[in-house]
Parts: sequence; C-alpha cells; structure tokens
Amino acid sequence: MRPTACGEPASKGAREDCGGAHPHFLLDVLRTQDMSDFSEELTRPESEDDQEEASTVSGTRVYFPWLQKHLDTVATGGKKKKDFAQTTGACLSFIREALLKHQWQQAAEYMHSYLQILEDFDSNQRQTAPEIIWKLGSEILFYHPKSSVETFNTFADQMKNIGVLNYLKISLQHALYLIHCGKLEEASRNLSQAETWRYGEKSSSQEMLINLAQAYKGLLEYFSWSKKKMELSKLDKDDYAYSTEARNIFSHSWKTSVNFSALIKTPGVWDPFVKSYVEMLEFYGDRDGARKVLTSYAYDEKFPSNPNAHIYLYNFLKREKAPRAKLLSVLKILYQIVPSHKLMLEFHMLLRKSEKEEHHKLGLEVLFGLLDFAGCTKNITAWKYLASYLRQILMENRVAWVQEEWKSRRNWWPAFHFSYFWAKSDWKEDKDLAYEKALVAGMLLGKGYRYFRYILKQDHHDLRKKIKQMKKSVKKYSIVKPAV
Amino acid sequence: MELEEAKELKERCSQCDAISWGLTEEGKYYCTSCHNVTERSKEVINTDIIPNTKIKSISRGLKRKSKLEKGWDWYVCEGFQHILCQQAEVLKTLGVAPELKNEVLHNFWKRYLQKSKQAYCANPVYTSGRKAQVLKDNVHHSDWASGSELLSDASCASSLESGAESKSDVPTPKPFPALRTPQSVAASVCSGSLDGMEYSEWKEKGILKMTVPGTLALCYLSLLWQREAVTLSDLLRFVEEDHIPYIKAFQSFPEEMKLYGRDKGIFAIESWPDYEEIYKHMFEIATFLDLPRFPDITEDCFLHPNILCVKYLMEANLPDEMHGLTHQVTKMTGLGDVDSLTFDPIAKGAQTVKYDVQAIALIVVVLKLLFLLDDNLEWSLSDLAEVNNEKNKTDKPWFSFRKWYQVMKKSVDEKKQNWEEARAKYLWKSEKPLYHSHIDKPGASKRREMVVNLQKQFSTLADSAPTIEKKSPSSFQFHWAEDDPSRPCFHGHSLQGILVKKGPALVTKNSLYWLSTQKFCRSYCKHVTTYEESNFSLSYQFILNLFSFLLRIKAALLHDEVSLIEKKLFKKKYSETKKNSRSRRR
Repeated sequence: MRPTACGEPASKGAREDCGGAHPHFLLDVLRTQDMSDFSEELTRPESEDDQEEASTVSGTRVYFPWLQKHLDTVATGGKKKKDFAQTTGACLSFIREALLKHQWQQAAEYMHSYLQILEDFDSNQRQTAPEIIWKLGSEILFYHPKSSVETFNTFADQMKNIGVLNYLKISLQHALYLIHCGKLEEASRNLSQAETWRYGEKSSSQEMLINLAQAYKGLLEYFSWSKKKMELSKLDKDDYAYSTEARNIFSHSWKTSVNFSALIKTPGVWDPFVKSYVEMLEFYGDRDGARKVLTSYAYDEKFPSNPNAHIYLYNFLKREKAPRAKLLSVLKILYQIVPSHKLMLEFHMLLRKSEKEEHHKLGLEVLFGLLDFAGCTKNITAWKYLASYLRQILMENRVAWVQEEWKSRRNWWPAFHFSYFWAKSDWKEDKDLAYEKALVAGMLLGKGYRYFRYILKQDHHDLRKKIKQMKKSVKKYSIVKPAV
Repeated sequence: MELEEAKELKERCSQCDAISWGLTEEGKYYCTSCHNVTERSKEVINTDIIPNTKIKSISRGLKRKSKLEKGWDWYVCEGFQHILCQQAEVLKTLGVAPELKNEVLHNFWKRYLQKSKQAYCANPVYTSGRKAQVLKDNVHHSDWASGSELLSDASCASSLESGAESKSDVPTPKPFPALRTPQSVAASVCSGSLDGMEYSEWKEKGILKMTVPGTLALCYLSLLWQREAVTLSDLLRFVEEDHIPYIKAFQSFPEEMKLYGRDKGIFAIESWPDYEEIYKHMFEIATFLDLPRFPDITEDCFLHPNILCVKYLMEANLPDEMHGLTHQVTKMTGLGDVDSLTFDPIAKGAQTVKYDVQAIALIVVVLKLLFLLDDNLEWSLSDLAEVNNEKNKTDKPWFSFRKWYQVMKKSVDEKKQNWEEARAKYLWKSEKPLYHSHIDKPGASKRREMVVNLQKQFSTLADSAPTIEKKSPSSFQFHWAEDDPSRPCFHGHSLQGILVKKGPALVTKNSLYWLSTQKFCRSYCKHVTTYEESNFSLSYQFILNLFSFLLRIKAALLHDEVSLIEKKLFKKKYSETKKNSRSRRR
C-alpha cells in the first residue's frame, strides 16, 4: 500500500474519534456549571408546547402556534424586561435550536448578535456571559465546515482574556481540543502557559485547575515517553542509538512525575494519570514510590470510592508477588464495592487456597454473589467453580453453609438461571455451560428439577460419561432429599 | 481637517526651517510644508494681540474643554435637540412636508424649553443657587449662549432655526448656566454633558423632563399637527426597522460631544418604543405644552377612519366591498365626526384618538357583523362561497373566509418569524461604548473591541448573504398581487352570499352578533375591559392577533377598542340587556 492510502483512513478515524469525544466534554461542563441560566430557558419552550397542544385539542379548525408566545409577553406584568435582554434571550434559544439541528451557519449568525451581552449594563450578565459564549462558540467552531484549528485558537485566546475567571478552564478545554486534533505539541505549550498563570491569590478552584493542567501536560509527556519506549524495545541493545534514546527516556520521567504528583495528592478520580504515573515509576524501578501512590489512591479516605484504585493496587501487588493475605485484603474491599467484578473469580481461588475456615465460607459467598448479576450468568468459569466447590463443600458435609446462601436465592434463582427456556438455549449455545449449570441445579434443587432433567435427557456422546458422573454426584450430594 | 493659516507665529519650524504655520483643529500649530505639529497651541499666545481669536475658535467649534475629557461643553437639552433634528431630517426624507421640522417641531421644542424653563425665558433656572450665579456671570453667559447656538448650527446640518426673525426676537438659548462653580466641575466628572448630573436629579413639580421616548412623542405630535399620513404605529415601526434614529441616536452626536456617566442613563435606550407608552407621553407633553386645538381631522385626512380603513383593508387583504360597511359603522357610531377625531389638549376630558387602532377595530367589528366569528358561521359561509366559485368561474369570485385565513395565516406566520429573527439579531450597542466614569472607560473600550473582534470572527462563519437586508420604509407591510399564487389577492372578491338583497338595500345574511364584552372595567386601572383570550372564538383570536401584529400592539388593546366601538354601536342593547344582542341594521 502507498503511504497516503493508509494514512488517510487513519486520520479520518482520528477525526471521528474526537468528534465523538468532544461534545462529551462540553456536555460535562454544561452539566456542572451554571445550570440556572439554562434550566430557566429550557423549561419555557416545554410549557409552550403544552399550551399549543391544548389549543389544538380544543380548537376545531384554527391553529395558532405563535399566539402563546404573544400572550406570554402580555401576561408578564410588573417590571418590564428590557428588550435588550429579550434580544439576547431569544438569541440564546435560537442558537440552541440551531445547534440541535446542526445548523452551524445559523448558529454563528445568532452568535454574532449574542456577543453583545458582553456589553450588558448589568454586570451580573456580563460576568456569566463569557462562559456561555465559550461553550456555544467552541461547539459551533468545532463543527462548522468553514472553521479550522486556527479559528478555534483565535477564539479560545480571545475568550481566555475576557475576565480572569475563565482563563484556566478555557485553557484546559482548548488544550483538550488540540489533543483531539492531534496537535500534541501545541496542546502542551498551552498547558504550560496555563500552569504558570496566576491571578491574585491562588484560590482552591484555581489550584485545582492548575494541577489539572499540569497533569494533562504530564499525560502528554507520558504519551511521548511510551512511544519512545516502544521504539527502544525495537532497537537492538548494541545499537549505537540505544544509549542516547535510553538517556532521553530517563530525562523525561523525572519531569513527568513532578507534573502528576500535585494532582494525585488532591482527592478525586485520576485513573489515567495514576496508571501512567505508576507505569513510569515501575519502569525505573521505583517500586516503593509506586506502591505509595497506589496505596494512598486506594485507601485515603478523602478520595471518593473508586474500584479502579483497588484493581490497580491488586494488579501491582500481584506483579510484585505480594503475600496472599495482602492480596486478599485488597480484593475484600473490591468485593464490597463491585461484587460482580471478574477479579472475584481470582478472589475465590485465593480464598479456597487459604487455610482459614471463614475464608472457605467467604469463597462460597463470593461465587453466589457473582452469579447474582445478569452480566455473569453465562460465565462458564464461575459456574464451573461453583459446581466443583459445591461438591467439595457438600462432600465436607457443610450443608449449612449452602443452605444459608440458598435461602435468600431460593425464590428467584430457579427462574433466573434454571428455567426450561435457559436449559434449552444453554444447551444449544454452550454444552459445557449447560452441563455445569445442570450440576449446580441438581445439587441445589434436586434431581427432579426440570433444568437438570432436560440436560440429563440429552443424549450426547461426548458428554455421556460426564453426565453419568453428574447424576451420581447429584444423587449423593443434593441438598434436596427426595421425598421418602 | 479644517485648517487655517496662522501668521502670528514667526518661529522657524524645527524640522524644515520654513515659517509657514497653520492651525490644527485642536488649536495647535503645524508646519504647512512638512506637517510637523508643534507642542505649542494657540491659547499660549497672548490673546490681546489677536482680539478675534475667541470668535475664530467658536466658529471652528472650538470651545472650552474640560480637563478630564476633551470635548465640547454641552447641555442635555442640546442632546435632545440633536436627536429631534435627526429624526425630523429622516421624516423629511420619508416624504413628510418640510415645514414639519422648521415650523412645527421647532416651535414645539422652543415651547418645551420655555415651559420647562430651560431657555427662552428671563430666568432659566431650576435651582435657586443658580440664579445668583447667572447674574454674576453675565458676561460669560452671553458668550456661552452664542456659543451653544453656534454649536447647534454646527451639529445639525440645518438648524431648527428657520429664519432670521426667530433669531432676533427670541432670546438665545442659555440652558442651565452654571458653569464655573466648583460643584459643576465636579459634576462634569460624572457626565460628558455639563448638566447631566443635575438633569438626572432634577425634580420639580409641574415640569416634564424630556426623555428619548419623549422625542418620539414630540415627533408624533408634530406629525399630527401637520395631519401627515403617518400613524403612531407606523412611526414606531420605522423606529423598529431602524429608519428613524432612536435607540442609538446619540451615536451621531459630533465627536466632541462626549457622552458618559449620567448621560448614559439619559440617552442610552435598551427597549423598543412601546405604543401605549409613547401614546401616554404624547398626551402628557401636549398638556404640558398647553397646546391649542389641533387642526381638524376631516374626511379628506389620512387619519380619518374612512381612509385608514381602506388602507388596512388593503393591508389585510380583505375585499374592497367591505369599505362600504366600515363607512356605515363609522357614521352610525359617530367616530368620523371632526370633534371626536380632532385632538384638543386643553379641552376638558381631552382625549386623542388612536387612529390606527380605531380603524382596525372598525374592520374587526365589520368582520364580526359579516361572519359572526363564532368558529362556525364563517366556515359554512366559506363552504357556500367555494361551491359557488366552483360553478361560476367567470364572475367575480365570492370571498371565502377559509381561503383568506389560509393565505393570511401563512403570510403572518412567516412575517412573524422574520420579525422575531430580526429582533434577535438586533445590535443594541453603539460603536462608541458608554461608560460610567473614567475608571470605567478602558474597560468599556476593551469590551467593545473584544465584541467587535469576536463578531468579525463569527460573521465570516455565518451565511455569506447579508443577513438582514434593510428594507426601505413603507406604510405597507404586505403586498398582495392578483397574479401571484404565493400571495393571492382578495381585494376584488365580492361579498355576495354574505349580503342579501332586501328591497332596495343589502342586508347581512347573518343576523346575529355577539359583544366582545358585557362589562367594562370600572376600577381605577387604566384598561377598559379584560381580555382573556381563551374565552373567545378561535377566529376572533386569530383576527385580533393578526391585526395587533400589524400594529405591533397588544391584542388586549385592540380588544378594548373593539368593545368601545360596540358600546357606541349597540348603545340601546347595552342598556337593555346584557345578553347577546341582535344586530340591528338599518
């Protein structure tokens, strides 16, 4: 293939990618800040719609869509709203409508008029306006066919300097936009600027944003570092280029770690940052540092509960070959947060290997808990573990444990897992799964249960031997004793 | 640049050694051969040597500058005068008789200044402290007075002063002549005009302060005096369409008339003029000016309901034949009488007629007489008309309310949509930013610059076609054409099928009528009736909304007017019964 031919689809893909991600980040911002302005505007058209409907229902032939609006203006007695405010308000709703309909040119047209709100005599309006303008404007410029990275940059630079309050936020979003467009260097330059920006006394929100800017810079550095690492892994160690490359990588890491550390210390969810930071630390052999970061990320109470934090820590400890007790304690927390996580199977195995009896009991609980979730119903490993563990436990004569777990599930598991429908479809899709489930069903519900009976009836030469065994186990261990 | 030679300076130019000096507008010397401007200004030179220097500087429009803001000394009333002047100029270009400006409006304005004691009177005052000051400063004050007159000459292309006689027999305007007092210097810090501060705090019983909406009211009064073919709603629509200076009228003040601080509150306008508000203003001004009875509105005047009804029947695309009926209703109600139409501010219980609203209300009443507008009869009459039109394609077509409704609905919706879009796109802010004080100024200018830059950016992304093409002013908003299927014309349609021959006269087929209101509001609030839209038939609502959009008024106002006409038309029925009454037609 010619290079251009393979280059094109790749870049297209990237563009689509950022198309998907960009509105998301904007929406996020929309959701978090200044809902009051928007919500007020949003509720109005709804009520209008209602009214319109009402008038069509009652009316026989005449229909007035514009009438209600007119009435509204009549109805608003008391202090008269200035027409200037009406203009900007109307503009805002026109822009929103145009954006919804993807009419970027129209949106730009109304934006032209909306901008005058920056000169509103009402200083309150003047202060909240830049943020709205930034959100709407960046959305328009992102999608407008005639827009370019340059136009976006000019817009962002202008908006940054309207009032001091928005500088950091806009810088950050501008950088994200540049990253979406693949302009990593420019993005990094932007972030450096934001990082050094100061206005007045550092407020906590400012500090947070500065830390974020720093961390994103770190992430960009991590990106180039890992690219270099990849290249390095391809090079021969005896190659003359190897040593210089290696040195390059080395100088990188120190800077990056500084970028990350400030953000990671503040409470929050920083998964991508933590992950790349730990990867770099591990690469340079700073295991203690990495452990410290992960431990505080997982255990610091100021941080919001975050399953990934525990998963990262567990994976790290596993790589480190930490003692079983340590691994168990991490997974125990994860079990409390996400009992359906696939690591629960590992947790189960670890519990089984443990010497403590309470761990053995917990192992059963974990398996039952995992299979409570609809997403895990077809997890063959889970069923296999449950089947064999049930057999083992019943063999050890601990029927009470099983009874205890089964008590709360007796009412719904039969329909949830062991219906006739499932028996048929499981058998059709995955015979091994059906076999494991049948075994469990037999042990829990007795040999008379239809799931078990259905599978038993299927005559399959590969599984014949297995099914025979199953019949025997069920007969021997089922918690349901056949009526005498 | 208006430059003149300055021979009094004999120094050599520091750049080219030539001795050939001119004066710049700011009064600084510049070398005519190399255009090098010196630091020296004319004021430095002893004025005794050149005795006419002051006159010269005045004739150039060069006046005392305040230290903080370079610019002329000017008074608030001069600002209003400037706006009036512009408005009158535009009205002239719209085809209004030229006397409007120089005779009518000018006289009204002079009368206003006199009545409000701002000028043309022996003691132009509004604070007692001022009086003394005026007397002391007599010499100066005559200087300033002539100055301000010259200013108005310079600023208004052609002054309101019409002829020499007015200059000779009327004392020159000398508004608020408190100039040198320390307070006024301090005050001038907070406004560009000399008296912005005092003016905004000026409260005196019996004095009507001029406002920007007031200038429109004054314009309308002059139009009314002249019996011009412009209604109040037309005037306001021209304002809205940006033909008549109003919202950013101060933008065209001369560069040297600085506007800030308190002036902002006086001259900056953030709303379109409202019909009822301007109407009220007009009435107040007329009484304040103590104006005599206005020229009679007779049958040949544009404002007479007979003529206005024709206009609005055309505008609303209704059959010409309806005019006969509006004429009849006008006669029966006595609305066409000269006395009820002519404005007489001094008369007891004086009242101006809302000519445009009244004419439209007459049309609504006639529509009700013909079609009842009960969401039933108008449609069955339409069915009849359509059947007839199918059979009879050669004759004059019968008017079908349904066809008319369909056409009007579509056109009005479109118009309304455009109107809303244009309103949303309206740019309110002037090119010169307004600010509170000097501290505020850099901020305001910066904001202005920013907005302009951003607007430039987004306008390149907007549709390539210019978004709002400026319409030329017209008293008609709709144009109907016989041969255009997109906007068919109903003017020629006949009312056959709706009117029935009875003996020698035509009688409406419909013999019913319902009154828009049974009760008039007797409380002290201003309105006459309450208009609860949902209580009325949908056709009636449509018609009220259609016409109130044409006039840019509230539907309730039109409803009031309809009710008033009905009250006159069915006087007897009103007193007899409060139930739906039958229309009695003679």
